[in-house]
Amino acid sequence: MKAKTLKAGDRIGPRQQHNWDWRAASNFIAGGAGGGVLFFAALASLAGTDVRALLLGGMALIGAGLTCVWFEIGKPWRALNVYRHLATSWMTREAAVAPLVFVCGALALFTADTLFVLLTGVFGAAFVYAQARILSADKGIPAWRHPRCRPMLVATGFAEGAALVAVASPFVMTSAAGQVGVAAVTLGLLLVRALLWRSYLAGLRADGAPEGSLRALAAVDGQFLKFGNLLPAALLLVAALGAPLAGFALIPAGLIAVGGGWLVKYTLVRRAAFTQGFALPHLPVRGRGPAGAAVKPGWGGAG
Amino acid sequence: MTRYVMAIDLRRCVGCQTCTAACKNANATPPGVQWRRVLDLETGEFPDVRRSFVPVACMHCDEPPCEEVCPTTATKKRADGLVTIDYDTCIGCANCVMACPYEARSIVHEAKFAYGDTPIKSEEVRFDPARIGVSMKCTFCVDRIDEAARTGQVPGRDPEVTPACVNSCISGAMSFGDIDDPNSNVSRLLAETQSFRMHEELGTGPGVYYIWDKG
Repeated sequence: MKAKTLKAGDRIGPRQQHNWDWRAASNFIAGGAGGGVLFFAALASLAGTDVRALLLGGMALIGAGLTCVWFEIGKPWRALNVYRHLATSWMTREAAVAPLVFVCGALALFTADTLFVLLTGVFGAAFVYAQARILSADKGIPAWRHPRCRPMLVATGFAEGAALVAVASPFVMTSAAGQVGVAAVTLGLLLVRALLWRSYLAGLRADGAPEGSLRALAAVDGQFLKFGNLLPAALLLVAALGAPLAGFALIPAGLIAVGGGWLVKYTLVRRAAFTQGFALPHLPVRGRGPAGAAVKPGWGGAG
Repeated sequence: MTRYVMAIDLRRCVGCQTCTAACKNANATPPGVQWRRVLDLETGEFPDVRRSFVPVACMHCDEPPCEEVCPTTATKKRADGLVTIDYDTCIGCANCVMACPYEARSIVHEAKFAYGDTPIKSEEVRFDPARIGVSMKCTFCVDRIDEAARTGQVPGRDPEVTPACVNSCISGAMSFGDIDDPNSNVSRLLAETQSFRMHEELGTGPGVYYIWDKG
């Protein structure tokens, strides 16, 4: 067999991580949207909307994400060990919130008690936050640990949640005012998400990040802004202004907005997750002469 | 207190990879997994080109990000600074792999051998099924360090209780010992030279010091 040719320095720079594949990405994709749905369903319930279908959908999304990640771990039958490090691990905290979501969600479904609906929403929001903290705690992946990644991820989860409520609103909300309210909230969240996304990209470029991360994120930037945010925003505006068939504009608007968020999260977990790589602040002195300048191969931006 | 660290003199390392081979031999790591690697770094443009060799492995950090994110407490930092993995507790979630800025951890999901599906004799003897599906990394040859407590020997001074990579280094580029002991080899060496630690800006407090010039 022909040996693979390795150039000097090939293994120095950042490398794309391959330990977390589509299954891990699915947990962030589905779990974030699910937690967001639960939160906004709880808010919608305050207006008297029957949100049981939304609660079921949110729990199904979180459950699907956790099932995917269960298939990814190397020792799935030890999964209960995940509860052992509440003191510092956000993965433990995410896992600890999940049963609270399911228990309160089930009680909300069976009793329709407002308290359980609201608690489910609160725990859904906590799930979204815990997921964002999982990524930001991973110091080995500069694109994740950047301080602007966390708010961007939280905003994405909430925007997806609101967008899914928008998709369901023609079916679960009878009042036009309610649908207009959902459209307005979703529109606002899309704006926040788009701003935080651009701020995140600008922060990565300014503070420095692996070139591979910058390339992968730049590749989806245009699609995400145009199709993931502007297009659904236009449709939501139509709905919010109460145009004819306004309610039905919510469905494609919500689905496209969710798709945009999922694209960003998939890209972040799978394509833009480059490792730190190696760097030397001083090249060693060999024999006579001065030390060489610092090197940090494979990094782009200012850092 | 005791804090075991490693000092690597980049001026001496010749990139022979003997430490890599010694580590593989001592720890029976599977094909494709190297707890100890030597990076080959070529920088600059002709005629000002430099070549440096940088041995890397687990840095046994003061503030291990892998320990913080581990959901199972399988990863722990001991009182002597060594960062360990309990293979019976780890679930192989790879969160620690993502947290480590030094690419020190690996997960192997199925048994792999050098020549196909069947282990050769030496692999058969040393194969550890507990390491399949869980996180693994350099241990600073923790079994040897622990042996020192029983025998009264000193890690870094007595080869029997010193990491295999340090023992094997043909140019004497590696030293190991207790940095809290001012008379240890590493303490004296680091006092006499200029050194840095990799990615110190991340606040991990790595336990591997790279010597790049005289003091």
